[in-house]
Amino acid sequence: MTTDKTQPTAVRKAGATAPRTTLLRALTAAGGAAAVVSTFLAWTWTAEFPGDLTFYGYPGGLQLLTLVLGIATAVFALAALDLKGLRWLTPSGSTQALRLLALGTFAVTWFTVIAIAVDLDGLVNLEPGGWIAAVVTAVPVATTFLLPDDSRPLCRPKELPSWAEILIIAAVFAVGLYVVNYGIQTDADHPEPFLGFLIAVGFAAVALAKAGLIGRISELTSTYRSVTLVAALITAIVFPFFQDKSSFTELGVNIAIFATVALGLNIVVGLAGLLDLGYVAFLGVGAYTAALVSGSTASTIDVKFPFWAAVITGGVVSLIFGVVIGAPTLRLRGDYLAIVTLGFGEIFRLAMLNLDGTSGPSVTNGPDGIPNIPPLEIFGFNFNDDHSVGGLTLDSNGNYYLLMLLVTVLVVLIFSRAGNSRIGRAWVAIREDETAATAMGINGFRVKLIAFALGATLAGVAGAVWAHFQSTVVPEQYVFAGPVPPNSTFLVAAVILGGMGTIGGPLLGATLLYLIPKKLEFLQDYQLLAFGIALILLMRFRPEGIVPNRRQQLEYHETGQLDVPGATGLKDSAVGVTKAEA
Amino acid sequence: MTTTTTSPVLTATGVTMRFGGLTAVQSVDLDVHPGEIVGLIGPNGAGKTTFFNCLTGLYVPTEGSVAYQGTVLPPKPHLVTQAGIARTFQNIRLFANMTVLENVLVGRHTRTREGLWSALLRGPGFKRAEAASKTRAMELLEFTGLADKADHLSRNLPYGEQRKLEIARALASDPGLLLLDEPTAGMNPQETRATEELVFAIRDLGTAVLVIEHDMRFIFNLCDRVAVLVQGQKLVEGTSEVVQSDERVIAAYLGTPFEGAPGAEEAAEVEAAEAGAAPRATGGAAQDEAQRGTTARTEDGQ
Repeated sequence: MTTDKTQPTAVRKAGATAPRTTLLRALTAAGGAAAVVSTFLAWTWTAEFPGDLTFYGYPGGLQLLTLVLGIATAVFALAALDLKGLRWLTPSGSTQALRLLALGTFAVTWFTVIAIAVDLDGLVNLEPGGWIAAVVTAVPVATTFLLPDDSRPLCRPKELPSWAEILIIAAVFAVGLYVVNYGIQTDADHPEPFLGFLIAVGFAAVALAKAGLIGRISELTSTYRSVTLVAALITAIVFPFFQDKSSFTELGVNIAIFATVALGLNIVVGLAGLLDLGYVAFLGVGAYTAALVSGSTASTIDVKFPFWAAVITGGVVSLIFGVVIGAPTLRLRGDYLAIVTLGFGEIFRLAMLNLDGTSGPSVTNGPDGIPNIPPLEIFGFNFNDDHSVGGLTLDSNGNYYLLMLLVTVLVVLIFSRAGNSRIGRAWVAIREDETAATAMGINGFRVKLIAFALGATLAGVAGAVWAHFQSTVVPEQYVFAGPVPPNSTFLVAAVILGGMGTIGGPLLGATLLYLIPKKLEFLQDYQLLAFGIALILLMRFRPEGIVPNRRQQLEYHETGQLDVPGATGLKDSAVGVTKAEA
Repeated sequence: MTTTTTSPVLTATGVTMRFGGLTAVQSVDLDVHPGEIVGLIGPNGAGKTTFFNCLTGLYVPTEGSVAYQGTVLPPKPHLVTQAGIARTFQNIRLFANMTVLENVLVGRHTRTREGLWSALLRGPGFKRAEAASKTRAMELLEFTGLADKADHLSRNLPYGEQRKLEIARALASDPGLLLLDEPTAGMNPQETRATEELVFAIRDLGTAVLVIEHDMRFIFNLCDRVAVLVQGQKLVEGTSEVVQSDERVIAAYLGTPFEGAPGAEEAAEVEAAEAGAAPRATGGAAQDEAQRGTTARTEDGQ
């Protein structure tokens, strides 16, 4: 039995699996299945609770979330039982994923049941189905926490033909689009479905990560980079065609704009390591410039530039401001720069407030801003009209969304190309150790100024589009911190929360930070409090951001290097020796 | 190695560095000729690293000048590197979150020209330059024996390899003079020997080397010439034999017991302290306390 010798741990584990673990896993699967069945029952008697959970025979509303998570729990439990054909689900161990899925099912179900009781005043409003669901979802939680941990390093996947791998990528994006759509289309008047959605997605995402599936997918996407980019682009393009309310496409435009601006800021903060706390001012410079040359009746300049020229003007004026602000301040290091940019952000807002003809020259109309920016028309394509493409309608917001998407693609392209080049390496080197970087021949000031100016230009371009979309600009949009984005805090938080130095990070961070408060408007005055608490929790438990930089790609190399702590030990003792010698 | 008649790669004339009232380096002259390995030694705090920082433009010397191949260098680190002087640091200063290869590519910065526009447009020139940089960087990693770790993050390298990577990164700027600041600090004898070999190999490539080190065997094996810096001043300069037999050097390292004054003063101090401690020690409790204090201090010391 050579296998015994080569894989003693595996054998021991298999031996220990025997009756108890198998039983627990089977019970987990049964619990998941029971949760699925319970969603086919009525949970309450009245349709007053959002989603209408009154039907026997088919699930609806929040029941769907329990259904999906219940299926996932059952399937993963079967995979843990080594059922043929399902083992690919758990490349890095099943127990932790199962625990999270069971907890997720439990949390969503109990959230729903409690929400019914609270919303409709009393437990009496629960139908037997609700009670059953509450009880059966507790079973997998108990069983999974008795299961032994079987985490293991990501095992080598089975070779698949490349068309299958590409299909997997496409399927992942389709599912992603469906999930995002589901979240966006939840009813803004009732927070319950969205909260349930957040709980479900949160638990499911961590569970998939623990199971190793997210690691597998990120491997696939880095193998097929261009396929992934095309898939991402198609997903983003088709998004507005599936929205039936203009408020949903409006969410889409705003997300696209703020994600783009956050990505621009990521060049400055994430790559070059320059903490810019007044970045929103550059968005404002672009927006105001574009508004002034847009031909608006309220504009103090009587010109009407075509859109492309307005965008370029916005970018160029932002660039000039970036250089003017950056040139004297980028000689400073670290905290000083943060303070100076913070000051610049406020100066910009106050200047826009006061350039109203009474306190200063008449440029911006002060607090009234510049309204009535005419709708865009490019090649006879009016952006404020609905357009029909292949039977699907694209509303006004959808038009702007696609236009903004163009800018997003541009910024992604600039970010990835600049980041992966001589200048990008110089930025990262400056971020890592400025003294060492200058000793390597990098002109720190020059390189930092390029990053700062590039970031400013991109924000200016995005601002120009944003001004046209909003059809008005007012100074109060460009504050340091506030409940409504864009503000500098929002942008910096999006970058840090998402993951500094990555492309996906700020896009995801901005999406979450914009979408979640929008959907939870019932929190009202507590929104900022919740925002703050969420940030603290995230930084405590995942300081590298949702999408970590580089390390993910290097996981394979890092797991092979167990000498890391040893090396630091050597270093310490070595210092001791040198000291002793001296 | 005999002295060459060629003009020196490095000429430091009267380099003086004052921090307020403290003179860290005082009118130090030093020449390094092509193909030479020159050692710079001295007790801790003698001003060796400060002198290095003056040479590389990290500090602006209060007086004096530094010339590379006859051209006076402006005190800007990136211009010094551009001119052809590369350095490593006493406490390793790698770009921790970049890969080994990227660290070396950053070292190529001064020898490549591609700016932002060429990075964005990705023309054929850009691709050629990137490929050439990568080839050169991989050559240097082969040279220092790190080629198989090119994709690792530099912070995950063991200590000795981090030192090697610093050297590879410095060599990436194709320097005419390499400044090594304690390249073997904290290394075991085998690693030290390997570093010796590496420095010889660098010299054979035609790069002059100026090295600060505390390991005397390393210095005297390696260097054609050794300069001794004591309290900011150059005490003596010459071949290993000259320096090793110089009494002032021995005195600087080991102290001068026969000169009397400091020793007598210290002895008097110790006596006074003992006299002061004696009466207190009469009480048993006080003695215990004092002992406990001493033990605590020793533990702290360790």
